[in-house]
Amino acid sequence: MTTEQMTGAQALVRALENVGVDTVFGIPGGAILPAYDPLFDSEKLRHILVRHEQGAGHAAQGYAMVTGKVGVCMATSGPGATNLVTPISDAYMDSVPIVAITGQVPSGAIGTDAFQEADIAGITMPITKHNFLVTRPEDIARTIVEAFHIASTGRPGPVLVDISKDALQATFGFEWPVQMRLPGYRPVTRPHSKQVREAARLISEASRPVLYVGGGVIKAGAAAELKVLAELTGAPVVTTLMAKGAFPDSHPQHMGMPGMHGNVGAVGALQKADLLVTLGARFDDRVTGKLDGFAPHAKVVHADIDPAEISKNRHADVPIVGDAREVIADLIVAVQAEHDAGRKGDYRDWWRQLEAWRETYPLGYDTPADGTLSPQYVIERIGRLVGPEAYYVAGVGQHQMWTAQFIKYERPGAFLNSGGAGTMGYAVPAAMGAKVGAPDTQVWAIDGDGCFQMTNQELATCAIEGIPVKVAVINNGNLGMVRQWQTLFYNERYSNTRLKGAAADAQYIPDFVKLADAYGCVGLRCDRPEDVDAVIAKAMEINDAPVVIDFVVHQDAMVWPMVAAGTANDDIKIARDMAPDWENGD
Amino acid sequence: MSQHTLSVLVENTPGILARVAALFSRRGFNIESLAVGTTEHPDISRMTIVVNVEELPLEQVTKQLNKLINVLKIVELDTATSVQRQLLLVKVRADAETRSQVLETVQLFRAKVVDVAPDAVTIEVTGSRDKLDAFIRVLEPFGIKELVQSGMVAIGRGARSITDRSLRAIDRSA
Repeated sequence: MTTEQMTGAQALVRALENVGVDTVFGIPGGAILPAYDPLFDSEKLRHILVRHEQGAGHAAQGYAMVTGKVGVCMATSGPGATNLVTPISDAYMDSVPIVAITGQVPSGAIGTDAFQEADIAGITMPITKHNFLVTRPEDIARTIVEAFHIASTGRPGPVLVDISKDALQATFGFEWPVQMRLPGYRPVTRPHSKQVREAARLISEASRPVLYVGGGVIKAGAAAELKVLAELTGAPVVTTLMAKGAFPDSHPQHMGMPGMHGNVGAVGALQKADLLVTLGARFDDRVTGKLDGFAPHAKVVHADIDPAEISKNRHADVPIVGDAREVIADLIVAVQAEHDAGRKGDYRDWWRQLEAWRETYPLGYDTPADGTLSPQYVIERIGRLVGPEAYYVAGVGQHQMWTAQFIKYERPGAFLNSGGAGTMGYAVPAAMGAKVGAPDTQVWAIDGDGCFQMTNQELATCAIEGIPVKVAVINNGNLGMVRQWQTLFYNERYSNTRLKGAAADAQYIPDFVKLADAYGCVGLRCDRPEDVDAVIAKAMEINDAPVVIDFVVHQDAMVWPMVAAGTANDDIKIARDMAPDWENGD
Repeated sequence: MSQHTLSVLVENTPGILARVAALFSRRGFNIESLAVGTTEHPDISRMTIVVNVEELPLEQVTKQLNKLINVLKIVELDTATSVQRQLLLVKVRADAETRSQVLETVQLFRAKVVDVAPDAVTIEVTGSRDKLDAFIRVLEPFGIKELVQSGMVAIGRGARSITDRSLRAIDRSA
């Protein structure tokens, strides 16, 4: 161990360097200012100055998602810190490993309602995996190491480290390495072998099994293992919104995405299954619909690294606590042992049913008769032309669902979105963070015009810092998903969802092409189907600046299929008032 | 609903009470009684939490509690195999006419008078919830002027200790 005299701020920067951080997204301010001085000198840390702290948080998420490392964002006390609340909450819901570092007023002023004071540790208590308030310089390095360990192990999640200004300014004897003190933190990653064998037995005995795959499989880096397990068992696979790409969309065993806007084959597979093999998924209400009508005939194997997820919403007949990769690897061995003992499930009848649904109810959309642009078509063409190697980052709403439905994902992690929290404004800053993490890969933000206006200030960051993301704005002039609900459930009373002026011929404000130009980006516009491919190709050619494409699309397009909120999955509609015939193909 | 007593060993860090209490309220559970104090180990505090909850939600709240980084261990203490006690201080109207009856009640419940005024006595009593409820019922006719009670504390019967292994974890990481 070495001891070196330095300030708390220097210790912070040193600790960040030592745990392997190379990028920090942030904005300085009074209380965090001491940290920005040594940061200025660091050769290992690149600080990216964002325009709003929310942008820093989502960028850290995007960076974490594509690199597999912990994303880091930094902000000052008070409003700087509270602006991080939304991305922290987002990272908590979607289990994204980020560390947020915030300055705090000097420890002597804490509790006095000092200028720019906010109890950010208290505020973020329910939306962080853990948080720390550090008031002594000698605790900084150890806390950083602990924060990174907590964020990245077990079920990943956000950790906030709030550091008082006096701790950053004080000089002390810095020591490295540091010893973590986390006696209460022992995540279980090794699954129980008896439970795994029991799961394998159920798979052999089942006649209608489904592998219900969630984002945990991507987090665990278990896509390769999943493919082996799927092919070994021959069972159909559904991947949730958070698991897109965990199993190739092109794979014949892939039934698609279940849930509120899932396809009929995937929803039907879960509803009619006699066994759900749930891997890193959490029975979210957007997947299950009305819980007591969800997969009513199925036994449940539930594997998750977080014991609290198991039997939280749906009782697990076979609970397995463990890392998805280890669970699946062990399941492969156990299922193989079943086969070797002459026990193998016969799913031929099941597949006949599944194929019938798949053929009868493929995903589709209507092309507007008036020659205007269909949003689904735009997104489908982007996916086709840009290809499976790119990263696609969606905001929240209709365009997000279409991006999940109409782009074909072939590799894990290629799709980033705000699943649990549903944070409008996620796309642009998350795409920025993703591009920083994967500079040699194309990163496409597919955003709605509502979402885009919540965080597009980060285009300035992208332009200045040389982060050439593509942003496809699916501009229907409305808060589209809310409008869809108004169409379906509020008698087409469009209360406050139109983003254009009230006049029928109102111009869109702002003009996104001019906005892009003002932000130092290339702005393109497309409003005719015949121009879509050309404008995408043009965007792909530009690599020295961010590109914004304003796709002006038809406003009445709706996301189908749909399970209305509060109803059972069996009541899925493939279009307005149109239900699938479940018996079809029997 | 049934009553459950949880013993929760936690690291003695600032904010831990807020974390635990916030978790209960966020997940929709009402805490019946809560007592916190240090243990034989200065770095470990022990919370005794009494909740009214069904079996399944109890499992959920226990799992959620376990996820708190500063929580070391959670044990549910069954009334049959543990000793559970609360402390009650009560100020009862007692003049020359009623004082002897009040004192008789104090004796019956093996309670203790800790303060005497011309027209009131203050009584200390410990016991199970049932005993304290019975005591309050008997005193009520005399006129209860003020009443305060602690949270429940509980400890398992027999030689085994729930802190042993947690202490080792703390020592290892220190």
